[in-house]
Amino acid sequence: MRVGVVTFPGSLDDADARQAVKLTGGEPVALWHASDSLQGVDAVILPGGFSYGDYLRCGAIARFSPVMAQVIKAAGEGLPVLGICNGFQVLCEARLLPGALIRNDRRTFYCQDQNLRVESSDTVWTNAFTAGDEINIVIKHGEGNYQADAETVRMLEAEHRVVFRYLGNPNGSVNDIAGITNERGNVVGLMPHPEHNIDPVTAPNQDGRPFFESLARFLMAKVGA
Amino acid sequence: MAQIVVDVMPKPEILDPQGKAVTGALKRLGYTGLSVRQGTRFEIEVEGEITPERLEQAQVAADSLLANTTIENYVVRVGE
Repeated sequence: MRVGVVTFPGSLDDADARQAVKLTGGEPVALWHASDSLQGVDAVILPGGFSYGDYLRCGAIARFSPVMAQVIKAAGEGLPVLGICNGFQVLCEARLLPGALIRNDRRTFYCQDQNLRVESSDTVWTNAFTAGDEINIVIKHGEGNYQADAETVRMLEAEHRVVFRYLGNPNGSVNDIAGITNERGNVVGLMPHPEHNIDPVTAPNQDGRPFFESLARFLMAKVGA
Repeated sequence: MAQIVVDVMPKPEILDPQGKAVTGALKRLGYTGLSVRQGTRFEIEVEGEITPERLEQAQVAADSLLANTTIENYVVRVGE
């Protein structure tokens, strides 16, 4: 399981994401924003941070980097892609996921352990969970307020594409949405940071591990088929 | 040099936390009855004349990069 982790200028959690891949049995592959090669990886993680200094809008400039052209193409062909925090913002800017992330409604940067409910196990990144599971994953963001027009929100709910919901909404996101997926279930974006909830030395729990176990299960099933 | 201006504003139905913060600060300074929404203005210097093609270019740039039309509206115009 070779998992590419993209580093943009201003990415902060790329090393943690690579470490999480390693600790869960995968082989991390560092991908550079200015390269147009995905090096044949089995999946891609867009990590947290402040790509390009959050200039213009969060994720707006990263979305046009050379590596993203390849990510967008491969995602369309079914490559598993996980966008964490700034990565979620990049996925929305790239229109791989609908909606947008704006400033937290209370204008506060939140850094805390956050309770979430898993709403869908029907994605590449959440099939090791059971819908209804309550988990605790760290959040740390100032612009995680998920917004979309009413029709898009209705569509996301009707198609069960809301993957995670906040228990106690920290940022004003519509319908308490913390993470969503695309129609095919291979692209998932969320504001919380599963890569930080892996290692017992630094994390209060290991609730981030099932993300990576889900990917492994998906890739195994694909090889089996 | 000729200039094209692109004004980008959060859509009316989208919460504008920055505008709210500025509104609050104005109130504390004693200004009453003022409500602010904050946007972004791009001044684009253009080599040569501003042609319909140049304006069309700016329109496409605004639509793809300068504004996120999920949450923002924009206006493209010729600058002073």
